[in-house]
Amino acid sequence: MIKTDILIIGAGPTGLFAVFEAGLLQLKCHLIDALPQAGGQCSEIYPKKPIYDIPGFPEVLAGDLVANLMEQTKAFQPGFTLGERAETIEKQEDGSFVVTTNKGTKHHAPIVAIAGGLGSFEPRKPLLQNLTKFEDNGVAYMIKDPEVYRNKKVVIAGGGDSALDWSIFLADIASEVTLVHRRNEFRGALDSVEKVQLLKNAGKINLVTPAEIVGLIGEDTLTAVAIKKTGEEDIITLEVDNFIALFGLSPKLGPIANWGLEIEKNAIKVNNALDYQTNIPGIYAIGDVNTYPGKLKLILCGFHEATLMCQSAYQKIYPEKRYVMKYTTVGGVTGFDGTKKEAPKVVVKAID
Amino acid sequence: MSDIKIKITDREGVLHEVDAPTDMNMNLMEIVRSYELAPEGTIGICGGMAMCASCQCYVKSDHNLPEMSEDEDAMLAEAFNVEDNSRLGCQIHMTPDLDGLEVELAPES
Repeated sequence: MIKTDILIIGAGPTGLFAVFEAGLLQLKCHLIDALPQAGGQCSEIYPKKPIYDIPGFPEVLAGDLVANLMEQTKAFQPGFTLGERAETIEKQEDGSFVVTTNKGTKHHAPIVAIAGGLGSFEPRKPLLQNLTKFEDNGVAYMIKDPEVYRNKKVVIAGGGDSALDWSIFLADIASEVTLVHRRNEFRGALDSVEKVQLLKNAGKINLVTPAEIVGLIGEDTLTAVAIKKTGEEDIITLEVDNFIALFGLSPKLGPIANWGLEIEKNAIKVNNALDYQTNIPGIYAIGDVNTYPGKLKLILCGFHEATLMCQSAYQKIYPEKRYVMKYTTVGGVTGFDGTKKEAPKVVVKAID
Repeated sequence: MSDIKIKITDREGVLHEVDAPTDMNMNLMEIVRSYELAPEGTIGICGGMAMCASCQCYVKSDHNLPEMSEDEDAMLAEAFNVEDNSRLGCQIHMTPDLDGLEVELAPES
């Protein structure tokens, strides 16, 4: 069981900044995120795109903002459970919470802060008959262990980086790799596109474009897919052991929607007059995942919400303690790792 | 006033005729959100970067639309329920010559 002071669900910019604000109050944080890396949308959707409304940064790339936040929070040694989705929450007798992920990892904390953005990113599934029947029986939406595909006939569908990169990677592992995409053009790094071209020329990747997979064939496990080339009538049947559909990810509020929280407009209602707490005391919601009158889904608003949430969390954890907020310029930043940052002391020295 | 009229059929098949300003740097996805014609969180998820296709719509009238950027074209190539008249709402900016535009929102996917 992982124990912490504030359990943050979602490792995007808001969740990361909460680690810093909590750290100033000597509160420890642990973050859960369904994605394999921190940064949320900033890392997953638009790492190379600029943001212009982070106060003090005339222009910053989303990926750089995340890197800066990781640096800023480093001294507070946050824990991470990445690649796992928060699934259930159980309130304990003492008012604390146990949150369990889809992989069974348990987390225990007196405070839960949901900083889940638009939700957890789930693979976008193609609209095919019998799709669910073949899930885990030949159809997959992400590659967990490439070894599964050793000496197998694999067909990959998609036109983005992951489709290209996995086609390249599996070309050396699988016995046969076919890449199917609706266009001749791919939306990926130039380097990957060129590599796929080389592997195609070398006969190591079988490229079928512009085309679409229109059917799944097999008794209990997948044995073949039906491919239709754009503008042609005939359907090609391709014998395969595995079909990997890589059509990107889309965010879904997911299991959090069933936690008994008040939901409005696909977001969690919070008390914005006070501390961004939800209808369940001890559970807060900050950043894009919450809603209140006048809500704006901006990173800078998430930072503010994270800050007020931490002050309230501190009072909840230590109701008997008195505390006033201290400026970092005055108090410095003392990390849990023993590091200390502080403003240089003024030198008082007489001039003779 | 520099408003134009736009006809939008929502995902339930209900037709809405709405006024869209042309002087606010707004796109079709934002018009749909401003009138709440699709639930928040189901449209414009990426915020208008042509990176999610949640604002896909079918263009029903024969207006001259701005040409597709490579980003939009590539995104539609990966989206579902794509038809020949599919466009991303976030890439259609409101201009006076789009007066009378008719669109239908694509299903949520």
